[in-house]
Amino acid sequence: MSARRLNFVFVLLLAGTALTWWLGDSGWAERAGTWAVLAMFGVSVVKGTMVVLDFMALRGAPALWRRLMLGWLLGVSGAIVLIHALAAR
Amino acid sequence: MSSSTPSLRPVDAPVTSRLAGDLAIWFVIAAELLTFGLLFVAYAVMRARHTQAFDEAQRQLDRDTGAINTVLLIAGSWCVARAVHAMQALGPAAGRATVARWLVAAIACGSGFLALKWHEYALKWAAGIDLSTSDFFMFYYLLTGFHFLHVVAALAILLGLLALTLWRREPASLHALETGAAFWHMVDLLWIVLFPLVYVMR
Repeated sequence: MSARRLNFVFVLLLAGTALTWWLGDSGWAERAGTWAVLAMFGVSVVKGTMVVLDFMALRGAPALWRRLMLGWLLGVSGAIVLIHALAAR
Repeated sequence: MSSSTPSLRPVDAPVTSRLAGDLAIWFVIAAELLTFGLLFVAYAVMRARHTQAFDEAQRQLDRDTGAINTVLLIAGSWCVARAVHAMQALGPAAGRATVARWLVAAIACGSGFLALKWHEYALKWAAGIDLSTSDFFMFYYLLTGFHFLHVVAALAILLGLLALTLWRREPASLHALETGAAFWHMVDLLWIVLFPLVYVMR
């Protein structure tokens, strides 16, 4: 992992955080309902994937650990969005 | 019959995969993620049952503070990743000063997170909002408080690594640094889900 890549990931993580904050601050999170929840947890999955693969250095790790961490991220985020969607029906 | 040149099939390079840090810390991380995962889903279920009450209580949170705390944790993670990178590139002895600088920056970010979070708690307590105020605040204190304790533990690990890097004749090894880094990144990963869940989702 190069220092340049780490810096790039850092900037993307900051941009993702700004987007999540904007979703809440603009009122879009309230108006768009489940779509907004899907968007904000989509951002979380992208951010979390970068943390797992680049910062935790699991890109070159045994597949089991990579799948476990990414599976947790997708599973928890997916469950939250699904529960929100079912409640909103 | 045409003679064909035997094709030279490249031999696949041996696949080397390496888990950064000690295996034990990865089992700790797996257990922590499982626990937090269950708490996150429990929050989502409770919120789905009492949506209006949760939304009204959530309006009392300062989203800006939550966002700044996210930036502090991400910046801390970046500093820790740069510390690991510096040690990989320069070696434990030659990279000692650079690693120490990145660790100090990460510790500053983590301390900033704790200070801001404590300030947030102090404002809530001053307003008479505690664990028993509502289901939302019970979850708020449980999730963020449990996470707060993990940040304290991660900071203690970073301080230990800094002490090893600065003051021991033999600096902290790459293995030790990667082990501590993995725990710190887990704390960041948890907040990446916690922030939208508790502070933003409506």
